[in-house]
Amino acid sequence: MNQDSKNASKTEDSIISIHGMHKWFGDFHVLKNINLEVGRGERIVICGPSGSGKSTLIRCINRLEEHQQGDIVVEGTELTEDLKNIDIIRSEVGMVFQQFNLFPHLTVLENVTLAPIWVRKLPRAEAEEQAMSYLERVKIPEQASKYPGQLSGGQQQRVAIARSLCMNPRIMLFDEPTSALDPEMIKEVLDVMIELAESGMTMLVVTHEMGFATAVAHRVIFMDGGEIIEEQPPKAFFEDPQHDRTKLFLSQILHH
Amino acid sequence: MTKSFNPQSYEPGTHPDLPPPAITTGLIGWIKTNLFSSPLNTALTLISLWFLWQILPSSIHWLFTGAVWSAVDRKECWAMMDAPRDGACWAFIRGSLELFLYGWYPEPERWRVNLTFILFGAAVFGALRENIPGKKYWLMFAAVFPFLAAWLLFGGFGLEPVPTGKLGGILLTLVVAVTGISFSLPLGIALALGRRSRLPVLRAICVIFIEFIRGVPLITLLFVASTMLTYFLPPGSSFDLLMRVLIMVTLFAAAYIAEVVRGGLQGLSSGQYEAADALGLTYWQSHRLIILPQALKISIPGIVNTFIGSYKDSVLVLIIGMMDILGLGRARLNDPDWLGLAPELYIFISLFFFVSCFAMARYSLSLEKKLETGHQS
Ligand SMILES: Nc1ncnc2c1ncn2[C@@H]1O[C@H](COP(=O)(O)OP(=O)(O)O)[C@@H](O)[C@H]1O
Ligand SMILES: [Mg+2]
Repeated sequence: MNQDSKNASKTEDSIISIHGMHKWFGDFHVLKNINLEVGRGERIVICGPSGSGKSTLIRCINRLEEHQQGDIVVEGTELTEDLKNIDIIRSEVGMVFQQFNLFPHLTVLENVTLAPIWVRKLPRAEAEEQAMSYLERVKIPEQASKYPGQLSGGQQQRVAIARSLCMNPRIMLFDEPTSALDPEMIKEVLDVMIELAESGMTMLVVTHEMGFATAVAHRVIFMDGGEIIEEQPPKAFFEDPQHDRTKLFLSQILHH
Repeated sequence: MTKSFNPQSYEPGTHPDLPPPAITTGLIGWIKTNLFSSPLNTALTLISLWFLWQILPSSIHWLFTGAVWSAVDRKECWAMMDAPRDGACWAFIRGSLELFLYGWYPEPERWRVNLTFILFGAAVFGALRENIPGKKYWLMFAAVFPFLAAWLLFGGFGLEPVPTGKLGGILLTLVVAVTGISFSLPLGIALALGRRSRLPVLRAICVIFIEFIRGVPLITLLFVASTMLTYFLPPGSSFDLLMRVLIMVTLFAAAYIAEVVRGGLQGLSSGQYEAADALGLTYWQSHRLIILPQALKISIPGIVNTFIGSYKDSVLVLIIGMMDILGLGRARLNDPDWLGLAPELYIFISLFFFVSCFAMARYSLSLEKKLETGHQS
């Protein structure tokens, strides 16, 4: 990836902007004063210790979780109680989960065409044609008629990526996409994600794959205790972390 | 230590796939492992064989070889046996079959009952059968069948009206059971979804309804249907007894179905809801396409269990004076021609229920197997 495209992305027109956002689970203050601007085509890696609120943060962006204070604007649409806004934002934002969350009772092809047919109202033939092209892009067109339970973890995660892409999202959220995978399958999923990054997709990725962060991220965000502690370009983040907590975290994940 | 079992050794990486040891396969292997594996097991096997030896010959004689299949009354039955009561008098069942099947349904109109039975068979076949051409139309037919059946059986709109009191026997049993089963499933699903709704009022209504129905015995509800309901209805309005009973039986089964389906809904991981939400599916879309198909699949054993239970519970209507197969059969026992033939009657009724329940149970097993799509859920 050349340095040019890395710099080009952060512009004043943000695709996601989060201001003074707080969230509580009951009494538990899980996200504290989050401020984050994401530029069009920007790729952000979020890391931090378990329980620091990484998943909750990205789940607030497509309203799988509701925030209580501050505001989140995605593609010019503010996330409020308004169900119409939520629908608009969800159709712009794709999400890939740690546990894949494929629909086990549907074949791979049905998984991938379901939302285009029911949400985008595409004719079935067109949806299937588009689905096959995305399945080719994640390199498993030959599995189209199988059920998710018959696939390996890496294949399932690639189907999940194709399923999100079929909605033609502007933004992709990844919540630890490789954490549930056997080691030998991590690379096949990361390769697909790197290719997606090269196509210019805006991506927010919660991951501890530091190789991936170095290769594709414009910025790495470190979270702890519900706060954004530090954000840096990957090189600076790994070589010259500013905060003690970041240093501690990096020493823990890099030394085994 | 493995040497003694597998004397042959292979270079690492070249071990072939071997067949399992022969002792566990084949008929002899099965008998050895299942019937004579230990002294206790052997003793139990021998005792069971001795027991079967004691009861089988006389049972077979009573049920089949020594039984009388046609006679006009019990005296004739006894006369045809070596000694009275030496065998079963199946002539009683044969002679009563028409009554057991149709109750007091007027004879010239019985073709309507027969047609209903045939259409019922077609609806069940069409709804359950996989890979049948025009599946959509079969399903539509199955959905309108209850209404079609109601018209055929009770008349009106061009057909001679038949009062509901004329229904009896197997016909009544099936009407009660099929109505209960086919309306309790959609109602139960609705109640289960309502119980998990985010709207507090809807949730409260569903919880109260389910818990009330589950907390009251069916017999009590049937008594309510047969006596009290008239006090609640506006004066002068008459509401058919059979209709009231059908409603009660349906509500009763629905409350149980609701709890079974709720269990299925809770068995789904929250990831399924989240994935559906993240793709932008609406509440109804995600339930119809993602949540319910999986929840109902998990619930099949419980749903069929409830169906079988409510099918058998349908005999309770005899307590409020309705003559289903059991009520009618018992009344028939008082017929002077056939006095004292209770064993034949109860064997027949047991067999009738057993065959239909067993069929339901087998179907549910095959359905579970068919819906299996992989190792993970
Ligand atoms: N639905 C929930 N209800 C209550 N607490 C929650 C819920 N989801 C997450 N939490 C808590 O919020 C904190 C942050 O969770 P999460 O965002 O999943 O962390 P991370 O993804 O960084 O590991 C954790 O302490 C977790 O226990
Ligand atoms: Mg997490």
